[in-house]
Amino acid sequence: MSEHHTVPFKTYLSVLIILLFLTVITVAVAQIDFGAWNTFIAMFIASVKGALVLLYFMHLKYEDRLYWVIFGSGVFFVVLLFFLTKIDIITRVLEVNTL
Amino acid sequence: METKPSPQTKPLAHHFDSYEQQESAGTLGMWLFLCTEILMFGGLFVGYVLYHSLYPEIFKAGATFLEWKKGGINTVVLLISSFTMALSIYYAQKNKMKACRMSLILTLFCGLLFMLIKYMEYSHKMHVGIFPGKFFAYTGEGNVEGLALYFSFYYLMTGLHASHVLAGMGLIGWALFRAFQNKIGPNNYKPLEYVGLFWHLVDLIWIYLFPLLYLVE
Repeated sequence: MSEHHTVPFKTYLSVLIILLFLTVITVAVAQIDFGAWNTFIAMFIASVKGALVLLYFMHLKYEDRLYWVIFGSGVFFVVLLFFLTKIDIITRVLEVNTL
Repeated sequence: METKPSPQTKPLAHHFDSYEQQESAGTLGMWLFLCTEILMFGGLFVGYVLYHSLYPEIFKAGATFLEWKKGGINTVVLLISSFTMALSIYYAQKNKMKACRMSLILTLFCGLLFMLIKYMEYSHKMHVGIFPGKFFAYTGEGNVEGLALYFSFYYLMTGLHASHVLAGMGLIGWALFRAFQNKIGPNNYKPLEYVGLFWHLVDLIWIYLFPLLYLVE
C-alpha cells in the first residue's frame, strides 16, 4: 500500500523548472504558424506538463495503480465524448431548404 | 476540557479498521472527486475545441482581445503555487512545521495574485462591454459577427476555473489553520495531501486553458 513516500526536494525543484521552461516553449511555439498542427502541438506540450504535475506533484508515480485507473477513466470518457461528437458533426449532410 | 492533540498522534475514525484503510479510503475518495472534475471541465473543453473547428475566425478574433502576457504570468504563478503546495506536504512529512506553514502562506499568496490578475482582465473586458452570451455589448474595433460565442466560452471556462481557485484558497486557508493548531504533522499530513491534490488539479486545468484561450492562431 501507499508507504509513506517522501519525494526529494530536488525532484520538486527540477519539475518546477521543467514546467516553467515548457511554458516558455508553449508561448514561443504559438508565435510560429504550423497550420492545422497549431492546436495539436499546444495540446501536446500541455499534456507533457500535465503528466509532470500528475506524476510528481500529485504523486501518481508513487501511488497505487488504482488512482491511475480512476483518473484515466475520466480522461477516457472526455476523449470519447470528443470523438463521438466530432464524428456526428463531420458526417452531417447539409440540407438546403428548397422552399 | 479537550486536550490538545499532539502532531505525533493521528485520529482514527471509528468506522475504519486501521490507519492504512482510513488513508487509502481518503485518497480514493479524493481521486474519484478529481475524476468528476475532469468530466465537468471536459465537457467545456470538448465544446470549445469543436466550436473552434467550426468557427475558427471567431475564435481567432476573440483571442486578440486577451493579453497572453497576463495569461502567461498567471500560468507561472499557478505553477509556482503548485510547487509550494507540494513543498508544504514535504515539510510536514519531515516535521519542519514552520517551513510547512510558510509554504502554505506562499501558496495562498500565489492564489491571491492569480485572482488579482484575473480581476484585472475581467474588469477591463466588462468595462468595454464584453460580456458573455446575450449580454455581449461590444461594438468597437475588432468586433466580428458571433464574437459573443468566444466570450461565452471564455467566461464560462475561466470563471469555473477561478471559482475553483477560490475554493482551493479556502481549503489551503483551512489547512493552514489546522497547521497552526498543530493538527497537521509528520504522522498526520493526509488532509494536507488531499488539499494539495485539489490545488494541483486547478493548476492542471489552467495548463490546458492557457494555450487554448490565449494562444489561438
